[in-house]
Amino acid sequence: MTDTTRTVASNGHGVAVSFQDMHRWYGPVHALNGLSIDIAPGELIALLGPSGCGKTTALRALGGLDDVDQGRILVGGRDITRVPANKRNMGIVFQAYSLFPNMTARDNVAYGLRLRGVDGKARNRKAEEMLELVGLGQQTKRYPYQMSGGQQQRVALARALAIEPSVLLLDEPLSALDARVRRQLREEIRRIQIMVGITTLFVTHDQEEALAMGDRVGVMSAGRLEQIAEPAELYDRPRTPFVAEFVGLTNRIPATATNGTVAVLGTDVPLLEGSAAAGPVLALIRPENVRLTAADDGAGRVAAVSFLGSLCRAQVTLPDETLVVAQMSASEASGLYPGASVAVTVLPTPAFAVAS
Amino acid sequence: MTEPAGDVPAPGTAETAGLASGEAGSRRMRGAENYLALLPFFLYVGLFLILPTLIIAIGAFTTAKGQPTLDNVSRLFTDSVYVDTFIKSIQLAVLTAIGGAIFGGLLAWAVVRGDPNGFLRQLVIAASGVLAQFGGVMLAFAFLATFGFNGLVTIFLRDIVHIGLLTDAAWLYSLTGLAVVYTYFQIPLMLIVFLPSLDGVRQEWYDASASLGGSSWSFWRHVGGPILAPSFLGALLLLFTNAFSAYATAAALISQGASIVTLQIAGALQSEVVPGQENVGKALALGMIVVVALVMLLYALIQRRASRWVQ
Amino acid sequence: MTASPGGSLSAAAPQGGALVARPKGAGRGRRGSRRQLTVRVAILIVVLGYLVLPLFAMLEFSTRGPFGSRTLDSYAAILNDQNVIDGVTTSLQIAVLTVIGMLVLLVPTMVWTVVRVPRMRRVVEFLCLLPRAIPAIVIVVGIAPIYRWMGQHLGAIGASPLTLAFINIILVLPFAYRAIDASLRSIDTATLADAARSLGAGWPRTIVQVIVPNIRGGILSAAVLAIALVLGEYTISSLLAFNTLQVVIFVLGQQDPFISVAVSLAALVFAFVLLFVFTRFGGGPDRRFQAEVEEPAG
Repeated sequence: MTDTTRTVASNGHGVAVSFQDMHRWYGPVHALNGLSIDIAPGELIALLGPSGCGKTTALRALGGLDDVDQGRILVGGRDITRVPANKRNMGIVFQAYSLFPNMTARDNVAYGLRLRGVDGKARNRKAEEMLELVGLGQQTKRYPYQMSGGQQQRVALARALAIEPSVLLLDEPLSALDARVRRQLREEIRRIQIMVGITTLFVTHDQEEALAMGDRVGVMSAGRLEQIAEPAELYDRPRTPFVAEFVGLTNRIPATATNGTVAVLGTDVPLLEGSAAAGPVLALIRPENVRLTAADDGAGRVAAVSFLGSLCRAQVTLPDETLVVAQMSASEASGLYPGASVAVTVLPTPAFAVAS
Repeated sequence: MTEPAGDVPAPGTAETAGLASGEAGSRRMRGAENYLALLPFFLYVGLFLILPTLIIAIGAFTTAKGQPTLDNVSRLFTDSVYVDTFIKSIQLAVLTAIGGAIFGGLLAWAVVRGDPNGFLRQLVIAASGVLAQFGGVMLAFAFLATFGFNGLVTIFLRDIVHIGLLTDAAWLYSLTGLAVVYTYFQIPLMLIVFLPSLDGVRQEWYDASASLGGSSWSFWRHVGGPILAPSFLGALLLLFTNAFSAYATAAALISQGASIVTLQIAGALQSEVVPGQENVGKALALGMIVVVALVMLLYALIQRRASRWVQ
Repeated sequence: MTASPGGSLSAAAPQGGALVARPKGAGRGRRGSRRQLTVRVAILIVVLGYLVLPLFAMLEFSTRGPFGSRTLDSYAAILNDQNVIDGVTTSLQIAVLTVIGMLVLLVPTMVWTVVRVPRMRRVVEFLCLLPRAIPAIVIVVGIAPIYRWMGQHLGAIGASPLTLAFINIILVLPFAYRAIDASLRSIDTATLADAARSLGAGWPRTIVQVIVPNIRGGILSAAVLAIALVLGEYTISSLLAFNTLQVVIFVLGQQDPFISVAVSLAALVFAFVLLFVFTRFGGGPDRRFQAEVEEPAG
C-alpha cells in the first residue's frame, strides 16, 4: 500500500483549530459529549467512527452549520463559536449533491468569489486555475448532471479551496463513490492538501481511508473521542477495546485470562491495560498475528482462502466452531487450501481481551 | 485521468434459462401478443375519451343537419358574447392562478422547513388532498355560509363589529366572488403540486452556499430561485387550467347569465339554443380543449427543462 | 511529525452517564433560526386560518337553531331525507365500481408496460394524463350522445346512474396513474417479475401475488383519490341528469341551505379522515425505506 508521506505542510498557511469540551444534544441524544481536539496548523485530522458517533456533528459544528450547546471552538486562537456559518471562511466538501445544479463547474467554483465581489474576469480566471488544480481544466463548461460522481467531488473541492479558506472540512466526501475512484481521489486530495498547507478535518467511517490520509486519526464513539493518535500507533497500540475492534480486522478468540495474561491457543499473550484481567474472555487478536502451519493432526480446518494481491487471508474453523482469520504473505499461503488441516497459534504481541 | 462515465448498468437478464413456461426468455419480445394485453386499456380509453373528443371536434365543424361548416367556430371569434366570455374566463384563471401560487407557495415553504415525517406536514398534505378535491358545489356553499347574506363573517362584521364592509353579500355571486372562491381552491392544489419541488431543494446546497459566504438572499437569488423557477411556472400553468376548466362552483354561485365559457357550454347543453347555432356548444368545447392543450404542452416543456438539472 | 498532544481519552473519564447537565434550550432542531420560525408560524396561521375559516363557517351555519341556539337538527335531518340517502348510496356505489374498474384496468396494464413492453409506457402515460387536458365540462359534451345511446339500447342498466363509473374512471386516470406509477418505480418491478417467472409463476399469479402486494401504497392512494373524486363530482352528473351526492346537495341548497351545508361538511370530513388515516398508516414498503436512509448525523 503506497501512501503519500505523512508530512504536515510547513509553508505556514495553516491555522490551528481547537475544539474545547463541546457538547451538543439532539433531543435526548447526546451527540457530542465533551469533545476536545487540538489540530496543529496544516495538519489533516481524520475523524473515524460508526454512524451516529458524532463525527459529522463535530464537523458541522466547526463549519457553523450546526449550533454547539456548550463548549468553544477556536480557529487561529479566535473564539468563533458564535460566528455564523457564512462568516467563517471555511471550505466544506459534502458527501454528495452539493454542487449547484444550475451552474457550470466554473460558475460553481467562482460562486464564493462572486459573493466576495471579485469581478468577472478575475474570478473566472481563478476558478479555471482551481479546476486545473483538481484535474478538470477541460470541464469548466460542464454542468453537474453531465459529470460523474468523482468529477463532481473534484469540483466541490475546487470550489471550497477557491475562497482560500482558513480550514478545509471534508464530510465523507468519498463515501458515495465506487472503490477505484475513491482510492484515486483520496490520494489526490491528500496531495493537494499538503501542497496548499491547509488545516483539514476529514470525516469518514472507512478506516482504511482514515489511516491512509490522516496525520493523526481520531476514533469517535457515542459523542466521545476514544483515542487520537498517528495511524500506526492507533493500529498497534489501541487504547480501548472499541478502538482495537474498530480499526483493522480483529479476531475474537475465546480464552481464559489470569493476572494480566491470557492463554490463547497455547500461547501466553500479555494483556493491554483496560482489558478484562481474569476469567473467561474474548481475546482480540489481529489476523497478521495468527500463524498457520500445515499439519495433518492440526486442530484447525481451513474454510476458505482469499487472495488479495500481495496478501492472503485464510478463514480457519477451530474445534469449538470459532472462525479465525489469519493473514500472511502470498508465498506463506502456498500450502493452504479449503479443507486442509492446520495448526493455529498466535504471536505473543500484547492484545486486548473483553469479558465474554 | 479516466473516470467512469457513470454507473455501470446491471446486466439485464437476456436469457433466463429454465422458465417453466418454456418461452424464449427474452424480456423484450416483439411478439404481437404482448401488445394484445394492452388492448382492453386502449379500447376503453378510446371509447370513453377519444370518441367523445372526436364527437366534439367533428361536431364543431358541422351544422345541425350534418353539413360541414366553419360557422360555429368563426362565431367564437366574431360574436362579442363569445369573445367576452373567453376573455373573462382567461382573466379569472390568470388572476386566481397567481393568487393561489403565491399563497400556496408560501404555505408550501412554511411546511417544508419542518419535520418531514411530522404530524403537521402530514396533516396539511392530507387536508390539501381533500380540499383540492373539494367539489365545486360544496365549496360554493362553504363560502355562502361564510360570506353569504346569512354568512358567519357577514353577520360578524355587521352585527358584532359594526363594520360596513362586505355587508352587501351580493359581491359573492359575481365574478369577483368567484375569483375569491377559486383562490381558496387553488391554494391546496399549489401545495400538492409544488411541495415535491421544494423538497428537492437540498439542504447541502444551502449549506454549501453559506459556507462560501452566502446569505439566505444570495442563495435564493443564485441557486434556489433559478432551480425552482421552472417548477413554479409549471405549477402556475396547472393552476390556470384548473380555474379555466372549473364549472361546478360557478354553477352554484352564479344563477343568472353565462359570463364564463364553462357556464356557456352548460347552457348550450341544457336549454334551447338559437336555431342555426346548435353546435356552437361543441365549438366552445373545442375552443376550451385548444386553450388547455396549449397550456399543458407548455407545462410539459417546462417540466422537461426542470428535470434536466435536478437528476 | 506532529507536535501537539492528543485530545482527551475516554479512558480517563468515567464511563457512561451525563457528565454535564443538559442546559435548557439544548437540542433544538438543526435549522432552528428563531426569526425563520416566527415567519413560518405567521404564514401557517394566516394561510391555514383562511383555509379553515369557511369550514368553521360551515360548522357554525349548519348548527344554527331557532333564536340563536345550537343544534344538530340539520345533521339529524340528513338521515331522514330520502333524497340525501339516495344520493349518498348512489355515489358510494359508483365510487366502489370506479375503484374496482380503475384497478382492474390500470394495474395490469401498467405492470405490463414496465415488464413487457416498455416502449408503450410513454403512450399509456400520455393517455392517462390526457383527461387533464379535457375538462369535465367538455367531456360531458362529447359523452352525452354516448350516454344517450346507452340509455336507449341497454335497458335499465344503461340508464342507471351506475354507468357514471365509466366516465369517472377516465376522470381519475391522471391521479391514479401518478400514484401507482410512483409505487412501481419505487420497487424494481421488472426484477421481481423476472424472479417470480423464473420460479414458475404465470402472469396472473405474478401480478396478483407478487407485484400488487408490493405496490399496496400506490393502489391504496389511487383508491382513496378515486373515492374522493367520485364523491365530489358534480359537473358530469348534473349535466347528464343523474342524482349523485353533489347534485342532491345542489338541489337541496335551493330549498334548505342548512341541511345542504351539513351534508357538505359531513362528506368533507369523511373524505378527510379517510385520506389522513391512509397517509398516516397505509404507507407500504416505501415508508420503511425512508426510515433506513435517514440516519442521524455522525
